[in-house]
Amino acid sequence: MVLMKMKFPFEKRVKLAQGLWLLSWMATLAGAFTFTLGCFLKTELRRRAEVMDNTEIHAVPNTLMIVGLASLGINYFAGRMCQDALDAGRFPRWKTFMQPYWGVSLLFTLLMLMAVIMSYAMKGNLESSLKIGLKNGIRFYKDTDTPGRCFQKQTIDRLQMEFRCCGNTDFKDWFEVQWISNRYLDFSSKEVKDRVKSNVDGRYLFDGVPFSCCNPSSPRPCIQDRLTNNSAHYSYEHQTEELNIYIRGCREALVNYYMGLMNTIGAGVLSVFLLQSSVLVSLRYLQTTMEALAGQENTEIETEGYLLEKGVKETIMEYVTPVLVFLQLNQVGSEDTEA
Amino acid sequence: MALLKLQFPLQRRVRLAQGLWLLSWLAVLAGAFTFSLGVYLKTELLRRAEVMDNTEIHVVPNILMLVGLVTMGINLFAGRVCQDSLDSARFPPWKPFLLPWYGLAWMVCVWLLSAVVLSYALQGHLEESLKVGLRNGIRFYRDTDVPGRCFQKETIDRLQMELRCCGNTNYRDWFEVQWISNRYLDFTSKEVKDRVRSNVDGRYLMDGVPFSCCNPGSPRPCLQNHLTDNTAHYNYEHQSEELNLYNRGCRQALVDYYMGLMNTIGPGILSVISLQMSVLVSLRYLQTSLDGVDPENPEADSEGYILAKGVKETMMDVKNIMFKLLQFGQVEAGDEAEAGADGEKAATSS
Repeated sequence: MVLMKMKFPFEKRVKLAQGLWLLSWMATLAGAFTFTLGCFLKTELRRRAEVMDNTEIHAVPNTLMIVGLASLGINYFAGRMCQDALDAGRFPRWKTFMQPYWGVSLLFTLLMLMAVIMSYAMKGNLESSLKIGLKNGIRFYKDTDTPGRCFQKQTIDRLQMEFRCCGNTDFKDWFEVQWISNRYLDFSSKEVKDRVKSNVDGRYLFDGVPFSCCNPSSPRPCIQDRLTNNSAHYSYEHQTEELNIYIRGCREALVNYYMGLMNTIGAGVLSVFLLQSSVLVSLRYLQTTMEALAGQENTEIETEGYLLEKGVKETIMEYVTPVLVFLQLNQVGSEDTEA
Repeated sequence: MALLKLQFPLQRRVRLAQGLWLLSWLAVLAGAFTFSLGVYLKTELLRRAEVMDNTEIHVVPNILMLVGLVTMGINLFAGRVCQDSLDSARFPPWKPFLLPWYGLAWMVCVWLLSAVVLSYALQGHLEESLKVGLRNGIRFYRDTDVPGRCFQKETIDRLQMELRCCGNTNYRDWFEVQWISNRYLDFTSKEVKDRVRSNVDGRYLMDGVPFSCCNPGSPRPCLQNHLTDNTAHYNYEHQSEELNLYNRGCRQALVDYYMGLMNTIGPGILSVISLQMSVLVSLRYLQTSLDGVDPENPEADSEGYILAKGVKETMMDVKNIMFKLLQFGQVEAGDEAEAGADGEKAATSS
């Protein structure tokens, strides 16, 4: 029972071939567009690579780049095939090529859809990667004299200024680490000695934040230290103060930024996916109508085109049965050897 | 004796017309390019309009935009002329327009050149304008509650962070103004009262700078207060400290930025000028060579030149024409006076 059978008189076949040729060129451009989207996303992820702990999220742009390149090839062949389609003599030479072609093109089209789904599914992954990366960045903020970590301070400062955020979850993360290096602390002063003695690890902790947390929109010059002490500053109440420093945490800011990027890219890739699917469907119809012409003398008769020769279930069974037979054979073989 | 005479056989005339058509379309694109450069420069100047005192520097992008549009127009006209040029029936109607066209094209080149020259000559004006604008910005930094000035603080902060600069000439400009509003000063504290009394105007002056002067590239957390006091901070010497704050003044930073922009735009404009000049010269040759064609033998060779006589003689000719026009006016006035005197004589004698 054939799936979605359609009749194709000669005129319609010609129109199908012409339309498909145009579509395949558009789909080639769309494939190049997908590739550039993947490159763009990868560049943006690499810019902030220093505050990410792992590179699992890079699977999304990598998939997009691979799919983009593959669709260039797929659509190039689709264009060549429909150039030959209207000549009944030249079309049969593509016959042996078709089976692997369908396999490859279906695989990559599905991969395109997978990339879009992944970009939403991996949000949690991205967030935990940023959580660890930012935690390390804040911990190593003071190590401007340690090779390998000497740029953490500048990275975190520029990140906070650019994304208008402070700390990991919020600004209180800065209260829990010593972000002033011991080189700049006067250990002969009473205040420093008190603070260092007040906790187990001997760290200089205090309720202050770096200057990069300051919000320029605040009407008041920035208050960076003794943030929880209302009496330390004139006319200051830390519970109601909202504009002084950035309230948002950098993890949330970065996740929002990347999710926004991926939403835009996802919409583009979905439309490319629809275009690619229409190319494949049209090519399938063209292939089946041309195959029905094989061996006919009059190439201008009406033929039928279909998507699948048998129904969906039967086609799947057709492909799955050999695999099952192979597995069962193996099982039977191993039982024999045991006996 | 004609200036730069060239022989033009038929083939060469045809090639000249075709080449000129192509050149004129290139020149139209160049005009569009000039216009967009003018728009870009104007946008960049408007972005920092709040720290500029006057808009004299805007004459450069205004000229570029205007001349870009004019260039597009005249080159479209040149393209039409040379499309019709090889048809001896359609070319003559265009002839009277060509002399004013040459004048206009020449003016376009002069204006473009003046725009380039102005962009360098007005550097002093730009610097003055920025000096006054930044001084006001720093003075009104604290007035976040005064309508009309409430965004000065944010403007100056973002400017200093973006351009990596501090103050007008350098960071010491912040020591000379009170940049903390009285609303946030505790006038009951001794320190505040001392500082306010220490100067004539009763301003709270301190050797500190806003947070936007801080340099993220410093290995040390930013020091903003007591900058001239070495004992106020551990392991600190203000004479040798270079990385803590931005060393550059914002005036210098902005002037460098805009001069860099104009240096990039300059060569582009110079190439547009040369393109326009080549269109002008080619059209002149085309016109003169077509004029020299014998109507009975249209496929013969003809001569093309830039000026019919030499430069000096052409200038003499132009001068004579001008004199004639002036003298014509004078002689007429003289005749009337004579005629009036004659009439009186006749009246008295009769």
